[in-house]
Amino acid sequence: MTREREPEELIPAAPLVGGMTAAEIVGAPVSPVRAFLQGRGSSTFADKSFGGLMLLCALSIFAIVIFIASILVLRSRPTLHQFGFKFFIRSDWDPVSGSFGAFPFIFGTVATSLLALLIAVPLAIGVAIFITEMCPKALRGPISFLTELLAAIPSVVYGLWAIVVLVPIIRDLLGPWLEKYLGWTGLFAEPNFGIGLLPAGIILAIMILPIISSISRDVMKAVPIAQREAALALGATRWEMIRIGVLRNARIGIVGAVILGLGRALGETMAVAMVIGNRAEIPHSLFAPANTLASVIANEFSEATDDMYVSALIEIGLALFLVTIVVNAIARLLVWAVTRGNPARAA
Amino acid sequence: MSDVRTINKINRAHRFLTDHLVTGLAVLSTVLVIIPLVAILVYLLYKGTTSLNLAFFTHVPAPVGESGGGMANSIVGSSVVLGLASLMGIPVGISAGVYLAEYGAGTHLGNLVRFTADVLNGVPSIVMGIAAYSLIVMQQKHFSAFAGGVALAIMMVPTVTRTTEEMLATVPHAIREAALGLGVPRWRTIFSVSLRTASPGIITGCMLAFARVAGETAPLLFTAFGNQFWSLNLNEPIAALPLQIYVYAISPYDEWHRLAWAGALVLIVMIMISVTLVRIFADRGILKGNS
Repeated sequence: MTREREPEELIPAAPLVGGMTAAEIVGAPVSPVRAFLQGRGSSTFADKSFGGLMLLCALSIFAIVIFIASILVLRSRPTLHQFGFKFFIRSDWDPVSGSFGAFPFIFGTVATSLLALLIAVPLAIGVAIFITEMCPKALRGPISFLTELLAAIPSVVYGLWAIVVLVPIIRDLLGPWLEKYLGWTGLFAEPNFGIGLLPAGIILAIMILPIISSISRDVMKAVPIAQREAALALGATRWEMIRIGVLRNARIGIVGAVILGLGRALGETMAVAMVIGNRAEIPHSLFAPANTLASVIANEFSEATDDMYVSALIEIGLALFLVTIVVNAIARLLVWAVTRGNPARAA
Repeated sequence: MSDVRTINKINRAHRFLTDHLVTGLAVLSTVLVIIPLVAILVYLLYKGTTSLNLAFFTHVPAPVGESGGGMANSIVGSSVVLGLASLMGIPVGISAGVYLAEYGAGTHLGNLVRFTADVLNGVPSIVMGIAAYSLIVMQQKHFSAFAGGVALAIMMVPTVTRTTEEMLATVPHAIREAALGLGVPRWRTIFSVSLRTASPGIITGCMLAFARVAGETAPLLFTAFGNQFWSLNLNEPIAALPLQIYVYAISPYDEWHRLAWAGALVLIVMIMISVTLVRIFADRGILKGNS
């Protein structure tokens, strides 16, 4: 492998017939490019440098993560200095007087994400069970295709749909209904403008459904058939088989899928920014306008003129970066624990 | 004796009832999920097709108050930013994937890189935007198409890496060994044997990454920034389709909502067309380097 070999060697240079080389017999002059492409290549040097280059690119993934973290820390120094850790527990956000606290946005992020999970998780698991265990084969393809198609729709289009269709529905139909029957919980206090936490949670739920259901499906498929057969052989009904044979084995992976969905929901920006109402206060009801960590960056960055304001928004970005890294790391470890050797598709 | 039988019977009925109930719930949840999904698609197709016209593809956006106008500059701008992102992101992603599959398989470093790529994949796009802003825009003191390209390129790398790795892992070892046994150097083997065998899958992976970033708005908000006029300069703010859709969507005008739907439809169709085109070329072997 380390032997030097010139490309020309591949075509025998020795005279064959009447003093002509093989290349001349074929009649094609061999250009250097072509010789390179058809040759076997050569030298330890090329081998080593290629391997080094590949290693460098692989390491660049670490570099990206470290680089993002350090540049965000660097650019958010003004607020890091002035507020320290208190930045995340102060609930006062007043750019005019230079007072910044991110708690309302943390609250908004947690509230919308939990609402989205509350709606999406039961539905997603139901869909996954239906597709893996009950669905007639003819339907399986179209349903999977549809859910994958929805993963390809940009989030700004979901936001557009939410503004045009979802907001009026909540304002005129769903909102009054919820207020009438669930108003006693205090979660659905007027005024209801259609925008606020509720539409943000619903649109998030629609957006994270495909990812949760497709990974749950992968995890459930990874459960050995023998487990199902064993349960059925003992006389279990289909549901008992699913409960004992499938869900119990797949539960860690399903939790991983849910956490991956949570990671998506925490960082989802555009669709949320378009319907959440952009208000830096802790919302008192699901109809109230609010802001999430991601949406406040999108909504207010263009207004940020002075250094402190920009620094505060960048620090929010930093917090979002660290939180989603932790959440995703946990989720990946859980999914890997179940589908070892048969990794779930990169989502 | 008969007591046991009745209890058994009740028990049995109870179990089968639960079974049917759960089946019903699973079907119900599938239907509940499919309704909004289909609604979004149908609404998009209906609104989009009824709002499209020729001006959309040939004009720049009209000023406030005037009707008409199109998104020609946004379509071109999106292509520029996406091309730039692909140029930067895809080679790095493929190389990192090659490292994972060919050099780092099973090593600690390899596992760590793979894990980091997966985690990076889940980082919100707005964070990439704000990082590119902090890095490039704050340095240069102006928005630029280049900064947008960098933000999207960073997003493409982990996706391309993971799919490349998965595709290379499906290439049988015997082929590699055959090449190595003939005295072909390792780098040549990887280029002409492993990568070439896995190329359809890798190309599909690249297209998936492309499709994923093509619709991103958040990373472009304060990097590419958007532009109401023609611009191809990488050092200036540039228009992009998702940005223009966003601007129109949050506006109060019906006319602009109409244009936003048209833009959304065009964006999705363009993504699909580019993905299909590349697939066709890949199937015919044009991109495989067959002469």
